[in-house]
Amino acid sequence: MVSHKMNNFGFKISQGRQIDYDSNDRRIANYIYEREPSFRLCIECGGCSATCTTGNHTKFSLRELHILIKRGENKSVRQDLKKCMLCGKCTMVCPRGVNTRNVVILAKQAFQKSDEYAI
Amino acid sequence: MKKHVVVIGGGVAGLEVAGQLSHSGIEVSLIEKESKTGGHLNNWYKLFPDRRKSSEVKEYLDRLSQNQGISLLTNTTIEGFHRNRNKFLITTNKGKELNADAVIVATGFDLFKSARKEEYGYGIYDNVITSADLEEKFRREEIVLVNGSVPETIGIIHCVGSRDEKVGNFYCSKLCCVTAVKQAIEIREQLPESKVFCFYMDMRMGGAFYEELYREAQEKWGVNFIRGKVSEASETIDDKLTIKVEDTLAGRPLKMKLDMLVLMAGMEMSDGGKKIAGIGGLRTGENRFFAATDNHTSSNKSNIEGVFYAGTCTAPMNITETISHARSAVLEVIDFLKDGKS
Amino acid sequence: MKLEGKKAIWSEYQKEIADDKFFYVRSCIRQNFFPGSEVAFLRIMRDVLKKDVYEHPCHTTCSGIGYHGDVVPVETAMTVVARQFALMTEAGYSNYIPSCITSFGLYTEILDTWHHFPEVEEKVRKQLKKATGREFEKPKNLAHASDVIYKFRKEIAAKAKYKLINKNTGEPLKVVDHIGCHYAKMFPSKGVGGAEYPYVLAGMIEEWGGQIIDYPERRHCCGFGFRQYLVQANRGFSVACSKEKFESMKPFKPDMIITNCPGCPMFLDRWQYVINEMEGKRYGQNGEGIPVFTYEEVAGLVLGYDPWDLGLQMHQTDCEPVLDKIGIEYSPEDKYNLEVIPSHTKNHNLINV
Repeated sequence: MVSHKMNNFGFKISQGRQIDYDSNDRRIANYIYEREPSFRLCIECGGCSATCTTGNHTKFSLRELHILIKRGENKSVRQDLKKCMLCGKCTMVCPRGVNTRNVVILAKQAFQKSDEYAI
Repeated sequence: MKKHVVVIGGGVAGLEVAGQLSHSGIEVSLIEKESKTGGHLNNWYKLFPDRRKSSEVKEYLDRLSQNQGISLLTNTTIEGFHRNRNKFLITTNKGKELNADAVIVATGFDLFKSARKEEYGYGIYDNVITSADLEEKFRREEIVLVNGSVPETIGIIHCVGSRDEKVGNFYCSKLCCVTAVKQAIEIREQLPESKVFCFYMDMRMGGAFYEELYREAQEKWGVNFIRGKVSEASETIDDKLTIKVEDTLAGRPLKMKLDMLVLMAGMEMSDGGKKIAGIGGLRTGENRFFAATDNHTSSNKSNIEGVFYAGTCTAPMNITETISHARSAVLEVIDFLKDGKS
Repeated sequence: MKLEGKKAIWSEYQKEIADDKFFYVRSCIRQNFFPGSEVAFLRIMRDVLKKDVYEHPCHTTCSGIGYHGDVVPVETAMTVVARQFALMTEAGYSNYIPSCITSFGLYTEILDTWHHFPEVEEKVRKQLKKATGREFEKPKNLAHASDVIYKFRKEIAAKAKYKLINKNTGEPLKVVDHIGCHYAKMFPSKGVGGAEYPYVLAGMIEEWGGQIIDYPERRHCCGFGFRQYLVQANRGFSVACSKEKFESMKPFKPDMIITNCPGCPMFLDRWQYVINEMEGKRYGQNGEGIPVFTYEEVAGLVLGYDPWDLGLQMHQTDCEPVLDKIGIEYSPEDKYNLEVIPSHTKNHNLINV
């Protein structure tokens, strides 16, 4: 029998912060992989973030966004994508030849198209 | 009178050494503890970086060493190793005594015993296997779980038994990263519906065409790479394996379920080699492999004149390097036998 | 899962545990949470196993709770521990067994520190002499009280009245063993079975008829710690730790949990109530919770001691389901009977004792 009174114990049960890989939704990532295959080549070396115009002045890391998208941690990514200026410095630097600028554009597109995450 | 060299170990290095020595007109006794030669090469299915069949390399070595000047002693181990002025007296377990003008030690490596990494559950959980076990599955073209079904998600853990203070191996075994990438591709090839995840601390692709293989694994085969050391593996109620790993590049811990876990077991100094070191008075390094007298200019020479090393008994190395190392050992021996000095 | 793999590991981590003449030190908090446990331990050791277990009336806390709670500096903790050793030496004993796991961890840590840094040991000797005039010798053998019960598990099994078997189905009870973090995680060689698959409680369960459950969060801390728990606002973190364990063990349908630390059963027992209040979740079968026991309570139950003498009425999560499964005779009316019957005068109806 569930007790109906919610005792106030003075604390809340902490939520887990693990990335639950199996439960995450990777449709955004798959959308990008299909249209920009070079996205697969990213090794998260951080060259893009290092040179990033935006990242130097505000909390924005393209490297981090890449990895969050890959893991399906979409909620964290949605707002941040707007900050990218599409200047293209990241694409210049990437040692693996990832078309990072296109990844950002496609990610925005994917979010627009997805009902849940429409910006 | 023909010179006689005893070669201890009939793996890649031993066979190359024996063949080349014999071609130079030297009498060779090749001692092998198993019933057949080839050592670990017999276990590998396809070799990196080009994924050619290991049997081709074995055939080359067999042809090279099929020489009347080589007497092959299988199922034989060394029990006595004495220096008598400028000759060596080697006694085998079968009571045979060999008189040698020089000795080449090619005792190779042993794979790290993965059960020692208790947290990964090798030998405890059903579907935790090593890279060597996986090669066997490739050979039989049967990548299946213990219950016979085909795995869908497979995890590969790098650095098992290497770069690890807990098991006493500080060194990097050099070849496990490229092996992991190769095996990831091979799994994806044989099981097109599978998803493969490599959990690495670093990607050490230090060899010709290794980095290209890594690129191919990502680009063509969609292998996933997650940077982080897996801390533990456990079995779930539905017989899957659940792992915990820090996704270092995302800065958060990650957990996921896998059907099968492959451990990249590192290379260690072989037990046979340790025994020879003991009875022969041969120096080993901190990494427990044989210590050559000079890291750069004489990586084949031991601390005893007339005793030389070839191959992975000195350090982890791939087959290309083993064969080169074996050939340089031969050169050292020939030089030594000319004037009795090394 | 292949049990042989675990047995191979268990055979590697063997530990020296003394045979007799034990110097026993109590836990600070255990007697509040589980009042029957330490008494049961002493009774089992003295009456059943006929061992010499001595408790010095002047012994104190080891101060581990303060050390881990960041209020006692390590030098102070060492001096307090040195005094405990001095009491042991004065009483003529050399086999030290603490009741608390954190104590055990602290003693092991201190002995290890003194082993590697003899100058620290010297300093502590001087400090103790100056503060109390006492001198000490280090114990020849340090083991946790659960190690001792582990060592005599076969003897206990031989004299047991009950087995950990479900009398209705004939199946062994499914038991989750939860080991206190300070038992082996810091010094795996000092724990029976090592840190990864500890055997100290598993061995008892196996011997007494039960079946050990392996579940993914086996290694997870229950969240006791001290530092976070002492501050009310942080307790959510502790609860979350226990909750992870419960969520993980639930599919395996355990009948009971056995522990060897003072804090762990307290948390695992009480937090089930809190989680139920806050989230409405329960982890046992049939809407019940999972009863949590200390190893002394389990030893006492199999030997045939009365559950209410063992203090099981103090548990938050009701123990009756397990008692009924095993078929232990007890009288439900006496559960909260406040009439004090000195239980050392009672006839316990133990067999073979």
